[in-house]
Amino acid sequence: MATTAQSHPPPTAVRRRSPGFPLQVRAALQGLLIPILSVFTAVLVGSVLILLNGRDPITAYEGLLEGAFLEPRGLLATFRNMTPLVFSGLAVAFAIKSGLFNIGVQGQLIIGSVVAAWVGYAVEGLPPLLHVTLAMLAAALAGAIWGAIPGALKAYTDAHEVITTIMLNYIAISFAGWLISTGSADGTIKPGPFASPASAEDAIARTPDILESAKLPVIYSVPPNFDLHIGIFLAIITTILITFLLFRTTFGFQLRMVGYSPNAAQYAGVNVKRVIILTMAIAGLLGGMAGGIQTLGVNHRYEGNQSLGLGFDGITVAFLAGNSALGVNISAFLFGAMEAGTTRMARSADVAIELIQVLQATILMLVAADQIVRRLYRIREVGEGRARQSSGASAGKDG
Amino acid sequence: MGEVELGLAIVATINAAIRFSIPITLGALSGIMSERSGIVNIGIEGMMLMAAFTGFMTNVYLSEPGVSETLQSAPVRLALSLAVAMLTGGAMGLLHALLSIQYKVNQIISGTVINILAVGLTGYFYAGDTSTLGKLPNLISNPWPKSSASELVLRDNFSFFLPHDIGRILFDKDLITYLTFALVLVFGWTLFNTTWGLRTRSVGENPRAADTLGINVFRVQYTNLFLGGMLAGLGGAFLSLAAVGVFERNMTTGRGFIALAVMIFGNWRPSGALWGALLFGFAMALQGQLQQFGINFPHQLVGMLPYILTIVVLAGFVGRAQPPAFAGQTYEQE
Repeated sequence: MATTAQSHPPPTAVRRRSPGFPLQVRAALQGLLIPILSVFTAVLVGSVLILLNGRDPITAYEGLLEGAFLEPRGLLATFRNMTPLVFSGLAVAFAIKSGLFNIGVQGQLIIGSVVAAWVGYAVEGLPPLLHVTLAMLAAALAGAIWGAIPGALKAYTDAHEVITTIMLNYIAISFAGWLISTGSADGTIKPGPFASPASAEDAIARTPDILESAKLPVIYSVPPNFDLHIGIFLAIITTILITFLLFRTTFGFQLRMVGYSPNAAQYAGVNVKRVIILTMAIAGLLGGMAGGIQTLGVNHRYEGNQSLGLGFDGITVAFLAGNSALGVNISAFLFGAMEAGTTRMARSADVAIELIQVLQATILMLVAADQIVRRLYRIREVGEGRARQSSGASAGKDG
Repeated sequence: MGEVELGLAIVATINAAIRFSIPITLGALSGIMSERSGIVNIGIEGMMLMAAFTGFMTNVYLSEPGVSETLQSAPVRLALSLAVAMLTGGAMGLLHALLSIQYKVNQIISGTVINILAVGLTGYFYAGDTSTLGKLPNLISNPWPKSSASELVLRDNFSFFLPHDIGRILFDKDLITYLTFALVLVFGWTLFNTTWGLRTRSVGENPRAADTLGINVFRVQYTNLFLGGMLAGLGGAFLSLAAVGVFERNMTTGRGFIALAVMIFGNWRPSGALWGALLFGFAMALQGQLQQFGINFPHQLVGMLPYILTIVVLAGFVGRAQPPAFAGQTYEQE
């Protein structure tokens, strides 16, 4: 009897639960509740892991919070860390709106970093503001080209972007590695074209340091060696621009249309190939800017092993945010805070910094598999009659 | 070319190529196993890393003083370590299945979760400062000594010792290496000649039709992901129990992703994957050996070649890669 009622609800059986809130508000609240509960659950899982290693979770999380928000430079470090993550997160979230998985942010970021460093040290005699702008634009353009390649491959040969972007990540690592390579000791292999002359002596592959005029302006300094650059504002401005592009322009409309149904878009007269290539180019541009920001604002040169992982973190950041541009800023803030707090956590509670990655993976898993969280905390879905957002639950559905 | 021993360098390169290709082949087999049943698996990297870790740690625990001698004897200790590694891989495969089938998580996201989780968990629990009683020994050692070999001189500094040099390629390898070649044959045959293979392929191509014919789609997928995870686990075990013999943080360094490239390169066929893996392995080996051959060329640029080649293959410029039709989509039973 009960089962029949469930599968075919009679029209009179209007469910009355938590009166007062309209459906949309409840749905929006749940949209926030699931990520928050996911973070909470991940913290609990982390505590268990810390206990397993015989350490104290309270001290560890205290250290994490202090490092992320309280220390003289805590909150500032969080802001600085979140900046590239906003860009790399947007690079993933933006592409997903048209149904494309940009796993290639890492490569776009590397290319952006190394090109920014090159313009930063090689172009001389420019006024500061112009120089840093030029370097940033070069990074963005290089990232855009790097991103457009898998876009074009997808559009014209139907090569799956997930694999091509992963391949391009490795090509970027090797290519940038060659650009800054030190050459062989006996001189038979020449150093890479961007290699610093000084690296011949200490054998650390890197570009020369960028000129003062190419460094991102600093808005706040904490002695002895911490500077917060203006990147955080660039991130906010970019977020607004991307949101505008997505929801207030014809191109954004076409892009989202392709995301929902490429066939329908095609019939409606959208040039799907062009949309795919442009989307990947813009996603690559954002990835390139993530790299440019790190080079011009923090590292001041390109070295092989810098900012590894920032691009991959972008995937997690974007999915945690349900691919909304505003949400990307919030989850980037969360990740930036975690990163800022790890050193302090490791120091005060003797907990390995890799704990953060476990937390991040757990958060991502719980957000993606929201059924787990719903079951754990007994949350019913809003409007049960609605078709379940299955595989695309986090892929390009909500803004 | 001076003092370069060409014959020596060629044998060394071939051996290095084989060594590089083993984990990649196993990873590619793992990928074929799951994609043929319709589940895209980009978590192979994480499965390998996790298995490399647990297999190695088992070896470490069993090597500690105080453990009974039967457990410490090389065959038992290493067999247990291998089993733990493979089961770990299998468990990760099941996690991927659970997330992507039961909870309908996007398969790319689920794979990403596994990759980050593996980096995090292994990094968190690995303390360093470990020692073991030894790694997997060579199964058969070279029966042809150099002293009794005849030298085949092709040119100055270019000579082979026959059959000694052939023996160095054929023998002096561990169990997993031989097992991998056997697995390629077995898997290749079963995929196209058994009921299991037919079911797997039909689920990957058209789950609705398979379902209609009474095949339990989800069971096939769960089984294949478990088996595929075990293959990836074996690949991880090769790194930490055979090739290197110790665990290092992030020691898989992208091999799981390269395996995916190789899988595509081999057009989702086990034998194709083996050839692809040998080609990739050769390019990786060449990177380290270029100077041995007296070639002065930046190794980074050589390192790019396999990846470019994969894109070329994927784009259909050479041959045509044809993935299983349903791979990557969530099947909803009606």
